[in-house]
Amino acid sequence: MIEYKNVLTTCPYCGTGCALHLQVLDGDLVGVLPAKNHAISQGGLCIKGWNAHAFVKHKDRLRTPLIRKNGVFVEATWDEALTLVAEKLGTVKEESGPDSVGVLTSAKCTNEENYLMSKFTRAVIGTNNIDHCARL
Amino acid sequence: MIERINTLRETLDQVLPTVDGVLGLRSGPSGIVAPYLYMKEQLEDLAALAIWPKMPVPDTLKIIQKAHPEVRLAVVCRGCEERGIVEMAKHAQLKWENLTLIGLQCTEEEALFCRCAKPYTSHSKVTVGEPIAGVPDPLTESFAAKSQPEKLAFWKEQFLHCIKCYGCRNICPQCFCNVCALEDETWVETGKLPMPLPPMYHMVRAMHMTAKCVACRECEETCPADIPMAIQFRLIARDVEAMFGYETGASIDQKPPQLLVLEEGEYERTGLPH
Repeated sequence: MIEYKNVLTTCPYCGTGCALHLQVLDGDLVGVLPAKNHAISQGGLCIKGWNAHAFVKHKDRLRTPLIRKNGVFVEATWDEALTLVAEKLGTVKEESGPDSVGVLTSAKCTNEENYLMSKFTRAVIGTNNIDHCARL
Repeated sequence: MIERINTLRETLDQVLPTVDGVLGLRSGPSGIVAPYLYMKEQLEDLAALAIWPKMPVPDTLKIIQKAHPEVRLAVVCRGCEERGIVEMAKHAQLKWENLTLIGLQCTEEEALFCRCAKPYTSHSKVTVGEPIAGVPDPLTESFAAKSQPEKLAFWKEQFLHCIKCYGCRNICPQCFCNVCALEDETWVETGKLPMPLPPMYHMVRAMHMTAKCVACRECEETCPADIPMAIQFRLIARDVEAMFGYETGASIDQKPPQLLVLEEGEYERTGLPH
């Protein structure tokens, strides 16, 4: 039984929002096809979009969080990693003040994720130090 | 358009039970069109059948056939796609004997969009739509009429816009080498911007498309910089026809010039990737 699908999605790389199809053959991601009649990208992609499928199963891709212990990265659970980050951010905020923290978000995130980061930075950390990679 | 798509749907309905699947186009989310593999178990999918914009179907066919060499597929193809399938079969990229071609004839509007000289199929036994004559390619003709310095200036200007997305290479059904010359370090210097030598990239591609390009214009359509690169391929095709009497996609039996110097059986022994 053959299963060939084109899954329409948005390129994960920048904020332009080019549409692309992920070509899936028998459950495996095999390539990218542009979307010709999409209003934004109109069938075009840049070299990153054309290779947007390549990182998904790349051997270098991180599959779990890593925590540096004694100078060496050690695999950790999400709970461990997030608890550590929260603790450290809390300590920095307490010892040096909220404005000693800065947050950089990404065009790769969705609008909703960026909105949440803005809320987190301003309401939880208590600083206006937030910017976005598209302005760097 | 509506009449043609209805005829095609009826045709697919008849063909589907006789094959393992039919590769065509389908209108997906928000009406975005993509290649789709229709199966007889899901005839209801044909409700979303699409025919435009055309997509590089021969390339999708290759992906499926490489994983399933024995599968018997029918494929909806326009004139250019049919020519592409013929050339790919000759270069051992597709199994011709396992294919049923359903020829979709282009309308004049579509032919004008593609500046197409041959908007009709010639191998498909089953066809949909009325074949029309080719239309002129004013872009190629006006370029051909230029002087040598004007031609050079034209391409220099055009290639300035190239962002080296490699889209023209990626989308081209005739670009199938296992090892691509354009991925050599000479053309892709990791970590350097701007990328080196866009004009050479295009010259290399023009040479590699010789006697292979079937004038489907997928390269031009995907180019974010609107470089009319089909002009060069079409002019080279004229030379190939004059020099070798070879026309891409015209005959399944005529060997492409690239394969002529080698005797039967020798080609495989070279271990060349295409």
